[in-house]
Amino acid sequence: MANRVAIVGVGQTHHKSKRLDVNGVELINEAVLRAIEETGVSLRDIDAIVIGNMDHFESINYVDTWSVDGSGAYMKPILKVTTGGSTGTSIAMAGYYHVASGLFDTVLVIGWEKNSESDTTGAIITCSDPVWDRFSYAGAIPSLAAEATAYMKAYGITERDAARVAVRDHTHALNNPFAHLHKNITIDDVLNSPMLSYPIKLLDVCPRSDGACAVIFAAEHKAKKITDSPAWIHAVSTRHNFGWFGDLEYARIPSLELASKEVYKKAGIREPLKELDVIELYQPYSFAGLKWIEAIGLCGPGEAPKLVWDGVTDMDGELPINPSGGVLATNCIGATGLIRVGEAALQVMGKADNRQVSDVKRALATGFGGCFWSDVVLLGKDMPK
Amino acid sequence: MEGLEKQKEHELLTVISEVEVPYYWSIGRYAGEFLIELRDHKRLVGVRCPKCRKVYTPPRKVCGPCFTEMDEMVEIGHTGTLVAYSVVNYKFIDPNTGKNRPIPYIYGYIKLDGADNTFSHIIDYSDVEKLEVGARVKAVFEEKRVGLPWDIKYFKVVD
Repeated sequence: MANRVAIVGVGQTHHKSKRLDVNGVELINEAVLRAIEETGVSLRDIDAIVIGNMDHFESINYVDTWSVDGSGAYMKPILKVTTGGSTGTSIAMAGYYHVASGLFDTVLVIGWEKNSESDTTGAIITCSDPVWDRFSYAGAIPSLAAEATAYMKAYGITERDAARVAVRDHTHALNNPFAHLHKNITIDDVLNSPMLSYPIKLLDVCPRSDGACAVIFAAEHKAKKITDSPAWIHAVSTRHNFGWFGDLEYARIPSLELASKEVYKKAGIREPLKELDVIELYQPYSFAGLKWIEAIGLCGPGEAPKLVWDGVTDMDGELPINPSGGVLATNCIGATGLIRVGEAALQVMGKADNRQVSDVKRALATGFGGCFWSDVVLLGKDMPK
Repeated sequence: MEGLEKQKEHELLTVISEVEVPYYWSIGRYAGEFLIELRDHKRLVGVRCPKCRKVYTPPRKVCGPCFTEMDEMVEIGHTGTLVAYSVVNYKFIDPNTGKNRPIPYIYGYIKLDGADNTFSHIIDYSDVEKLEVGARVKAVFEEKRVGLPWDIKYFKVVD
């Protein structure tokens, strides 16, 4: 049986399109110092470190070894975990497993990316099969766009429906000083933005950001000493699908359906729309804010636009989604999933400042990776049984 | 520090290098059979799982969900249904060539007749106005084929 684990602190950099003033080690160090200062632990208290970014984006491999000065890993156990877009949630889950096992009491998890130093699209293309997929695959945007065309046809969803999601998240980001983009946009702004890959337009999709995030996980006896308001890990799940893009079902996203079902079952949740208080959804483009909330069971297939247009997922709605602004406002890929978990933790801890949702007892964070695999993490204010 | 403060953006130290990184991959017996059939006979094949009976193309050794080895090769059609697509319209460097891939182009997932999964490929750009999910498409083959997936030049929408 797993021991109880809580998140006791979160630190992140102010995300930007180019951090010309720092190298990778220095960027990582910034987030680590912020988490440590915020939490009041010292580096001596950290028993292990988990770190991740996108494989070969910045073309300096083995970050676990070269970032030791900045990560605090000098003479400590450190593990690199890198799983594409879901890296941030994978490292969170790995940090959780470290502590839940009983082998480590306090674990520092670091996600980071200097997207400005990467050829993002080229590097993502190398995740595709060199013979079967690479000649046609053009990176994350067109494959997500293909998912959108299948979804639109199946349920009559429109670009306007997706634009409403984009407006929501960009509006939410205005409350988040750490977010990369602070744009006051309208639905027409989204619809008139340049078409990158039909139907995805510039304002439908995430930016490329430089940034880092550090989150501290602690065992029950430590967590209670460190903070009065720990964010307990209630359940986590990961599901992987196929390896070649042509093997996937495009009308659904089965990995997210199954991962969220497993989390709800573990936590005893029957009606997520009612029982969750806030969601930080890994949503790299606007249409996902419709299709993927159906996958996590907030409503039936094709019903998401009504939920979103009714304001249910806005800050003053029944179930706010992405109070941080989400991935549309900030995407330092290796950190992005960890930021979802960190922001969900801040909501539970009551430390989300201007983006705080009131009365948060349960917060859901998700992660997504290139060939449509999914992570789901549930955090709660009450200690799990 | 004085030195750092004095450094302005146009004085940034820069090093430019170009690296060519050649790779050789073995693609296995199943892929080999598919490509030989394509090159020599303009035939498309898939493989059927003995447990779930699904037919996959391109063929591969293991059915993932059943975790079972497959060996029944079956012929599949040249025509299929377009399940999802996009029109790629932004500049990017193709890691295969180191140069920009020509854009715009249409990228789609085709459920070939006789297969249960989809096959990712290119749709002829002159069919861009005819594109819709559910459209019927047909493979167009290169005259001179070498044993690679782009021996299928592209798929065209059939009315």
